[in-house]
Amino acid sequence: MDVQTWTFLIVGATFALYIGIAIWSRASTTGDFYIAGRGIHPVVNGMATGADWMSAASFISMAGLISFMGYDGAVYLMGWTGGYVLLALLLAPYLRKFGKFTVPDFVGDRYYSTGARIVAVVCAVFVSFTYVAGQMRGVGVVFSRFLEVDINVGVAIGMAIVFFYAVLGGMKGITYTQAAQYCVLIFAYLVPAIFISILLTDHLIPQIGFGGALGGAVGSQVADGSTIKLLDKLNQLNTELGFAEYTSGKKSTLDVLCITGALMAGTAGLPHVIVRFYTVPKVRDARLSAGWALFFIAILYTTAPAVAAFARTNLIETVSEANYAQVEGEKSIPQWFKTWEDTGLLAWVDKNNDGKVQYVAGAALAGKPSFTDQRGSHGERLVSNGNPDTKNELYVDRDIIVLANPEIADLPAWVIALVAAGGLAAALSTAAGLLLVVSTSISHDLLKRVFVPSITEKQELLAARVAAGFAVMIAGYFGINPPGFVAQVVAFAFGLAASSFFPAIILGVFAKKANREGVISGMLVGITFTAAYIIYFKFMGGTPDQYWFGISPEGIGALGMVLNFLVAFAVGRFTPPPPQEVQEMVEHIRIPAGSSAPTAMH
Amino acid sequence: MTTESKNGDDRAPHSSEHATRYWKRNLRLLFAFLAVWWVVSYGAGILWVDALDKITIPGTGFPLGFWFAQQGSIYVFVALIFLYTWTMNRLDKEFDVHED
Repeated sequence: MDVQTWTFLIVGATFALYIGIAIWSRASTTGDFYIAGRGIHPVVNGMATGADWMSAASFISMAGLISFMGYDGAVYLMGWTGGYVLLALLLAPYLRKFGKFTVPDFVGDRYYSTGARIVAVVCAVFVSFTYVAGQMRGVGVVFSRFLEVDINVGVAIGMAIVFFYAVLGGMKGITYTQAAQYCVLIFAYLVPAIFISILLTDHLIPQIGFGGALGGAVGSQVADGSTIKLLDKLNQLNTELGFAEYTSGKKSTLDVLCITGALMAGTAGLPHVIVRFYTVPKVRDARLSAGWALFFIAILYTTAPAVAAFARTNLIETVSEANYAQVEGEKSIPQWFKTWEDTGLLAWVDKNNDGKVQYVAGAALAGKPSFTDQRGSHGERLVSNGNPDTKNELYVDRDIIVLANPEIADLPAWVIALVAAGGLAAALSTAAGLLLVVSTSISHDLLKRVFVPSITEKQELLAARVAAGFAVMIAGYFGINPPGFVAQVVAFAFGLAASSFFPAIILGVFAKKANREGVISGMLVGITFTAAYIIYFKFMGGTPDQYWFGISPEGIGALGMVLNFLVAFAVGRFTPPPPQEVQEMVEHIRIPAGSSAPTAMH
Repeated sequence: MTTESKNGDDRAPHSSEHATRYWKRNLRLLFAFLAVWWVVSYGAGILWVDALDKITIPGTGFPLGFWFAQQGSIYVFVALIFLYTWTMNRLDKEFDVHED
């Protein structure tokens, strides 16, 4: 069977599974819809959190980014996992004890203020929409590459699936679907990784092969008879071609510290992750399920850097100095090169007219490739924006590393199809979780708690479904007409979560005297500062040499968070302390006992 | 095990001094766990990475600092959460503030 038949088969089977689960686990109350009736087992919740958290970016883009960044890729690896330690130790158990349904619920009640609740709702909706647009786009890309349908049709199919199970099942449907999606995506990630690990290092486990010596069918050719560790060889290859050594970084230490800090605090402050810990029965389950969540995430996150190193070695070995046209007896480019060139994710400019691919340091093109309709003398697609200042002739989109890995390593067709299903699972599961946050924010935080408190449970459930439906449409619109800045706004999502929610929740639990005035001014200062810095550098033409102390916009959320804490403390000292009943509530959430009490109902 | 009244399922409310002692113990634990969290990531993975990279993990090609940054810190994070969960479950029982 060919790749396309396999893809239809595997993707079709997984979609049928998701729909089946959605029908089986329909929501009938708002409690079911928002927090799955608090009946989710910690291990299942851990899996669901894993799928919720690992987006199209984690699945498709991360290994590629690390592959090109080397050591510096650690900011993503540590940043996106270390946040779970903060969640498990500082946030999840207390928010679970607090009960209720959402993050704005906590902010609004703890700081006895409708204003704070609305600020929190706006942040939650903004952060979630930013994210979801990227997921829908990911769905479109996978469909167009693997099923050769139009990207817009792909987005529409993705919308229909998410609409079906998010609107019908709410949190309950989403949770069980996400657990299934986790299984699909992790299987799809591990199978090619294990294959490649065996091919390059002769080790079954990628995490061990990563540190091992070159060996196996492909690895022994790369090593060329000598015994050499994979990482040593990779450092050698990178240095020969003028890149930085793979195991050392290029970013400044302060910048690495700040980015890691912003991603960790941002992770712990993202509403769609936090809300997952409301779904378990008990406080101790909240702690435990954060552990399981990170366990399931760590399986992918420790495999990704291994895949990155394997793919980098393989890429350099296969394409460097290879003939573009097939030349008998000489190294020539493989078939996948042309397949991906057709999708526009690869481009080659023969700057020195030798017909071979020179892959060295420096940007081959000025920006992304803009293809002309013509073909060059070797049959390559011509681009109009070749960068004459460098010798590098090859443009490689980071996303190729995971998507093309099975082809690069010459794996069977069903593995390639599996990667497509995995990418879809990652994108759909994250999209569903985010859409639920948006719909809950509107039906619960705005309608029920602020504007129409008299709304009945039935009406609220209907409002939640209608809001989810609208949110899917808007997300789909952004998937089909992506704003040019999707990649940039991801920095926004983490920066905002780190500089707003994270300090507000930490203070809410750990500083009994933290008051409304202090925390609201802290959030406003944190958000304004972070947003201004990001907007200046991402949209108003700020250049890297103007960075404060060399801190990039990705890392500025860490500074925004510190500012938020400082302002909250300073203002809190000169304004009245919170009322007695709020201080008693803080005492109450610090102790696990009594969480089954009906504090959650309203 | 318990230091205060123990009345089975309908436990009498504990004194606020009891709650304060429980909270202080929890804060001490948090401090210790977060110190480890900080040392493996920001310490070994970032600040001391150059010094640690001079050491290669025996039998592998991993420079030690690089390994902490891309592998080791994540393993420690997972272990930390499970260990904290276990420790807290014991502390909750000791102070008789556990659920059900």
